[in-house]
Amino acid sequence: MSDAALPNAGPAAGPPVRRAAPRGSLIGQIFEGLCFAAATTLLLSLGGIIVSLVIGGWPALSKFGLGFLFSTAWNPVTDVYGAAGPIVGTLITAAVALIIALPIAGGVAFFLTELCPAPLRRPIGTAVELLAGIPSIVYGMWGLFVFAPLFARWIQLPLMSAAKPGSLLESLTTGIPNGSGILPASIILAIMILPFMAATLRELLLTVPAAVRESAYGLGATTAEVVLSVTLPYVRQGAIGAVMLGLGRALGETMAVTFIIGNSHTFPKSMFDSGSTIASTIANEFTEATSPIHTAALISLGLVLFLITFVVLGLARLLLRQQGAKL
Amino acid sequence: MLKTLGAAIGAALILGAATTATAAGTISGAGATFPAPVYNKWAEAYKAQTQTTLNYQPIGSGGGIKQIEASTVDFGASDKPLNLQDQQANGLVMFPTVVGGIVPVMNLPGFKPGQIKLTGPQLADIYRGAIKKWDDPLLAKTNPGLKLPNLPITVVHRSDGSGTTFLFTSFLSLQAEHWAKEVGANDSVQWPVGLGGKGNDGVAAFVKQTPGSIGYVEYIFAAQNAMTYALMQDKAGQFIAPTAASFKAAAANAKWTSAPGFYLLLLDQPGANAWPITGATFILMHAKQTDAAKGDEVLKFFDWAYKNGDADADKLFYVPLPANVKDMIRKSWSKIVGPDGKPVYK
Amino acid sequence: MSAAKLVRRRVSDIAFKIFCVGVTALALVALAAILWSLLAQGFGGLDLDVFTMSTPAAGSRGGLANAIVGSIEMCLLAMVIALTIGVLAGTWLAEYGGRSPYGAVVRFLNDVLLSAPSILVGLFVYELLVAPFHGFSGFAGAVALALLAVPVITRTTEDVLLLQSATLREAGVALGAPFSYVVRQIIWRSARGGLLTGALLAFARISGETAPLLFTALNNQFFNKPWFDLRQQTANLPVVIFNGALSAYDDLRRLAWAGALLIAVTVLAVTIVARIVAQEQKRS
Repeated sequence: MSDAALPNAGPAAGPPVRRAAPRGSLIGQIFEGLCFAAATTLLLSLGGIIVSLVIGGWPALSKFGLGFLFSTAWNPVTDVYGAAGPIVGTLITAAVALIIALPIAGGVAFFLTELCPAPLRRPIGTAVELLAGIPSIVYGMWGLFVFAPLFARWIQLPLMSAAKPGSLLESLTTGIPNGSGILPASIILAIMILPFMAATLRELLLTVPAAVRESAYGLGATTAEVVLSVTLPYVRQGAIGAVMLGLGRALGETMAVTFIIGNSHTFPKSMFDSGSTIASTIANEFTEATSPIHTAALISLGLVLFLITFVVLGLARLLLRQQGAKL
Repeated sequence: MLKTLGAAIGAALILGAATTATAAGTISGAGATFPAPVYNKWAEAYKAQTQTTLNYQPIGSGGGIKQIEASTVDFGASDKPLNLQDQQANGLVMFPTVVGGIVPVMNLPGFKPGQIKLTGPQLADIYRGAIKKWDDPLLAKTNPGLKLPNLPITVVHRSDGSGTTFLFTSFLSLQAEHWAKEVGANDSVQWPVGLGGKGNDGVAAFVKQTPGSIGYVEYIFAAQNAMTYALMQDKAGQFIAPTAASFKAAAANAKWTSAPGFYLLLLDQPGANAWPITGATFILMHAKQTDAAKGDEVLKFFDWAYKNGDADADKLFYVPLPANVKDMIRKSWSKIVGPDGKPVYK
Repeated sequence: MSAAKLVRRRVSDIAFKIFCVGVTALALVALAAILWSLLAQGFGGLDLDVFTMSTPAAGSRGGLANAIVGSIEMCLLAMVIALTIGVLAGTWLAEYGGRSPYGAVVRFLNDVLLSAPSILVGLFVYELLVAPFHGFSGFAGAVALALLAVPVITRTTEDVLLLQSATLREAGVALGAPFSYVVRQIIWRSARGGLLTGALLAFARISGETAPLLFTALNNQFFNKPWFDLRQQTANLPVVIFNGALSAYDDLRRLAWAGALLIAVTVLAVTIVARIVAQEQKRS
């Protein structure tokens, strides 16, 4: 309370905040300084991580050069490595997971804020958040022991037998029908990132002032129209943030994916074929890697993942700025 | 709120300010996953007897080698042995502790464990993708009278690096020249065909779920999961079943005396009833210990384990070393010296 | 408005509502399926030993006591560090420097850090706090977890603070309060629900993280001596689960699943309790 200062009664002359400043200014400056320091710490830690990755990955980077990004070789015996397979796997699984999870997260958030009867709101909301609290290794094991056989039986086998030889469907579904592959891994990933996005979206939707929603309803808009045309654009900035949260998790997730993706370092030939992601490759091989080049190659993979994240996030921001300019 | 946070951070910084410490009477080790259960078992019993705490953590053979080189642990453990040159280059001493076996397992509905007979070259051809179906005439040669089904062979291998893979691929390299040339041996290789399962469990799960599949797992996984295994042909042409007895035979017949630095892969060992895909697991320590007392503690633990740990190892499906090898190991400990140059083990 | 258009709007509204209900049901079904597996596998492993004895070797009697204590110690320390840095950084982005070029850089890099695979963060902390000191420590584990939690908290803090109405700020400043006071006592208070969600999401994220702990705190078969000394290798639930879940021995597997169940239940309990506390505060 010590830095609260009531203004003098009567018309103010000049900028009021500055006149009332003296007693609180030190605390204000310290506070602002602390906030700035925190933000800079964030910067420094990321910088530190990238520096340590470059140092650690240098032997491989200097040996393979830019070709590292385009080669699908991965031979620990001859020490020749290429990142193309894991890169493609990472991008595909993250994209598919996002495509699956985003509408569901949106639907859940809309349900909880607009359609859900009040007494059910808290339990269902907490239940969805509980999905976030389950350790990722449980997702991996559940995926392998429970989901994979079911997926094989109810989705893979029917699709594969229904596909006529030479059709597009057939080329999309070739593979061993045992429930592992790119698509099952993406689905598990989608379940994992769902709660983060749903919880954040719901929190954002709750901040929309009642006046805005009510005025839309008052104009005769249906629920769908209010949600999609009024509240969602209102929280658009934050909604992008929620998507970033989900995307971030999807790009970097290790345990859940590595059990069920089949782990082959070549390009996947179909949705049911095995692939690998950068995170799963690092997790699988790092602790056992003995040759310095192998270790360096894995660290370089990590660096590549950071690069991918930079590019993807940069693109997203560009898109956002363009959209904003249009409005 | 800020005040409480500030106090908490201050406490945290004080906690972390001192360098990391290990409590007295504690020794730490890290490395191979394969022997972790038996090391932990020994540690439990050892603590009950002597109050010394041994903390062993499975982080992988590569991790074990890295961490002992970085001196973040008192000893490292590896399924993949270092040859004498590498040992000396890094100032390390190596010795084996227990032995285990790797078993090819398969999913062939209607066939019992031990019915199928395989040779090393056949296994290599299967894993190369040269033999694609179970009713291939090459397989029928060693299995006359058995009607093998017309199923495609789904090859399952490890996706994560592992000493198990190292041993298995070393065996295939030994048995088939084209494997040695095309693929080679390492804890992680570029597999020509097949699916990658994570861990022994992942491989076992894929094999169990996919009819017509074949994989390789540590003996205990084959036993615990009651999987269908194959008999493998040994050097003499006999088909051997994977059992604790056949692993022991492989370890007993091995020529440890002609293995400098104990670098020996127990593959295709001579003698009756020796399982051809056997391997030991190893401990790595610094030849020059910075803390003589700690080095002595570690060696005292292993000495105790050699004397008293066999029963526990057996129960957990491991194979203890023969007594003469243990004596050889104890003699080799004179190479581990303290800062004063004197052997730490008394 | 034509009748056809009205019908179209109504139909799409109903379709939308069905979609929302449907996907929520789908999410709940997925949750139920996973929880069912967790319970089926883990419940059998829960008994008094789990809370009183240290992690056992295969075939011996034991529990998860040291792992539970270690995880709590490290998660608490990590949350303290992460909340401090995260809330302050998010506040800076929302209230002070967010619109400057430097702020844009910080925001962007925060999102990048968010996507960092946890194993790489663990590696970084290993190089910083483990290798130079020649030993694994619970403190390094807490720092690694904090690094994972900070971006989540920063992100949600900034988003939530930005959505607080401008009138709130203007009212505070117009009353003559210094800006830092406005931020702390007014904006933070009104955004409390959102800040809490961010903290809970971060806690949920780090409670189950294995990879970073593998390089920092490693694990411990026994308790630390003394139990709160985080300068030694510290037992923790995620690594115990990781080691035990793929083990060949049934009793270790059961213990691992019991540990996983414990984590999920703890996250649920903390979420519920925190929300209740927030409700109470709002009312008073």
